[in-house]
Amino acid sequence: MNEYDLIIIGGGVIGASIARELSRYKLRIALVEKEAELAFGVSKSNSGIIHPGTQNKPGSLKGRLCVEGNRLTRIIAKEVGVDFQAVGELICAFSDDDIQNLFALKKQAEDIGVPRLEIVYKPWLKINEPNLSSEVVAALYAPTAGIISPYRWVYDLAENAARNGVDVFTNTKVTAIESGKVFTVHTTNATFESRYIINAAGLYADDIARMVGIDDFTITARKGEEFLLDKKREYIANHLLFPLPTKTSKGILVIKTSDGNPMVGPTAEVCESKEDLSTSDEGLAKVFASVRRMIPAISERDIIAYFAGLRPVAGEDFIVRHEDRVPGCITVAGIQSPGLTAAPAIAVMVVDLLKKNGLDLKKKFFFHRHRQKTDHLFAIPFNRTKQLIQKDPEYGDIVCRCEMVSVREIKDAIARGARTLDGIKFRTRAQAGRCHGGFCTARIMKILAEELNVPIANITKRGMGSEMVVKERT
Amino acid sequence: MREYELVIVGGGPAGMAAALSAREHGINDILLLERDRCLGGILNQCIHPGFGITYYKEILTGPEYAERFIKGIHAAPEIDVRLQAFVVDLNKEKIMTVLRPGSMERIKAKALIMATGCRERTREMAHIAGTRPSGIYPAGLAQKMINMEGWLPGNEVVVVGSGDIGLIMARRFSLEGAMVKGVVEIKPTCSGLIRNVVQCLEDFNIPLYLGHKIARICGHDRVERVTVVRVNDDLNEIPGSAFDITCDTVLLSAGLIPENELIEMAGVKIDKNTNTPISDEVNTTSIPGLFVCGNAFKVYDVVDWVTKDSEEAGIQAALYIKRNP
Repeated sequence: MNEYDLIIIGGGVIGASIARELSRYKLRIALVEKEAELAFGVSKSNSGIIHPGTQNKPGSLKGRLCVEGNRLTRIIAKEVGVDFQAVGELICAFSDDDIQNLFALKKQAEDIGVPRLEIVYKPWLKINEPNLSSEVVAALYAPTAGIISPYRWVYDLAENAARNGVDVFTNTKVTAIESGKVFTVHTTNATFESRYIINAAGLYADDIARMVGIDDFTITARKGEEFLLDKKREYIANHLLFPLPTKTSKGILVIKTSDGNPMVGPTAEVCESKEDLSTSDEGLAKVFASVRRMIPAISERDIIAYFAGLRPVAGEDFIVRHEDRVPGCITVAGIQSPGLTAAPAIAVMVVDLLKKNGLDLKKKFFFHRHRQKTDHLFAIPFNRTKQLIQKDPEYGDIVCRCEMVSVREIKDAIARGARTLDGIKFRTRAQAGRCHGGFCTARIMKILAEELNVPIANITKRGMGSEMVVKERT
Repeated sequence: MREYELVIVGGGPAGMAAALSAREHGINDILLLERDRCLGGILNQCIHPGFGITYYKEILTGPEYAERFIKGIHAAPEIDVRLQAFVVDLNKEKIMTVLRPGSMERIKAKALIMATGCRERTREMAHIAGTRPSGIYPAGLAQKMINMEGWLPGNEVVVVGSGDIGLIMARRFSLEGAMVKGVVEIKPTCSGLIRNVVQCLEDFNIPLYLGHKIARICGHDRVERVTVVRVNDDLNEIPGSAFDITCDTVLLSAGLIPENELIEMAGVKIDKNTNTPISDEVNTTSIPGLFVCGNAFKVYDVVDWVTKDSEEAGIQAALYIKRNP
């Protein structure tokens, strides 16, 4: 029996942020994730935008946590060694009527505390966003908007949490929870006991809630399709570009990513299934028609990858609460956009809820606040690359030619917890470039098999059932 | 910074032919850079026969064809070969940054020949809708897995596109005991060579669906099936024509894209449709002394023509070096 003070269910950005925040205290904590690796659920398809808070209603949890999360993300990203770039965002207006809406949006955002907002007009836009369509007459400029790699963010938060004593369990799906004096959490991997549980189970938060008798919310999946463009087009836009928001969505965007590839999307369609990650011809047509209104030069020819993600929706706002009917159970559900931004603020809020509900929080004598930044050749200047190669020859042994990823980086990723091809891709970018793994997949499979000491037939794309080969000649 | 008269990037058939030809035409300070652990390029994984019919008047396999050039290269002291060498950066002065295990150096070339070949068009570039499970491979990757590594990627295969690699891999999978359920080609005609249609499909009773396309790939963890539709003259789906094929593997053989990102970085003018240098004369680019040969210059049907034109690139580079001492 594994005994803990607290179990966090769900290893996405919410679970990882909470784990990292709680790892400051003298607590025995387990983070459990049903997939083969962390961030393989909702977080893996996140756009990577750290929103300024421009598009949230006053009085909403979303608005407050977004503004606070934007501030905290900058601090924590520095501490755990993840790149955050404050690229800024432009919300575009196409007519004089739209400009009035921009002013309304600006007022609303200022009311919830979004700093340094400005309405900018054509002359400014021409200089600062030269590829923007001439039909854009003005824009709301929010310089505090930024970008981060959503998966590296999760991995590095979790790694820092683990360094501070949190136990991380993957391939561990919760199957039943008994509530009594303590919670007994049954999983596909082991049985855990703990005094507190935090439900951060993303799309399945309603299923987990039902296991402890909470049934007042359901999660629906809202699908978003996104299309990644070749890195060659990195500077097709200098800012995150938004149309004016509608009631249900922030609209279809031109997104800058921390890896350099521009991304366009997402769509927003309610989805029957929580497993449906398919993309469609209609989605592609819709996205490109929309973004070309802002940047006419964007071409389907530059697509190198696409995917769909599912936003977990539980009504209009986030649910972050202690379940008074089930003492010790915290629900963090319906964390759709701006969930990535809000995550560190949600984590702080969860700590407060735990404190209010009887958890004794004593700070550790020593908390490892900092994590050494992972070296990625694609992100560093050549003189630094040279130093790395002199220190370790394997930095000069390139595996992924499109994204310049070395053997050393792949092995590092495995040492840090990568177990699958997708895990390697999210951490290092190997297989994520324009050839999309055509040249490097076989070599990465061999490195994985060697480092993990398993047969090639056990190597998967993203966990059991997604094996890459059916037979190996002996 | 070391300076060479001639640097050739890529040790496949194009790069090797260019190196040998330049040496024959009087260049004796040649550096040949290859990113893999051995010379030969993609020929090494092409274990089927059909190479050398026009150049050698013999029928050879890929490795046999490559071997003749590799021997020539090793016998030439004027050609300095570096393996596992990866060019990461190139400018218009023909100065490049080369990474190898344990070293990073800057190298300058008086003349430069890029023989970097092609990458395969991916499922993403073909914009096929559906899910992204495991089991979707570019045909060349599957060829490498079977022929070089001894791994069988799947048991029930559908091939997308009727390019030669796809046809050859349909046969290869059949020979390995897998079931090839069909080759789906959007155009009304096959894009591979007739001899490959006969020898790789007809001889193995593999159906060829001309004028059809894959509308959707289905499957959560691993490919489970594809939906195939018939298309009209505008290549759009004909309503009501959809049918499913159960399979665990989808092979993409939907064309090749010349790899010219390095010369684009150096400022060479590139045709965005073909990803090849804009040029009136074979092997030349908008930067004098910077040549491109083989499949990086244009996609050839057979290697024999790659060899012929790449030998010409060696001559062109030799002339350039002599005229610009």
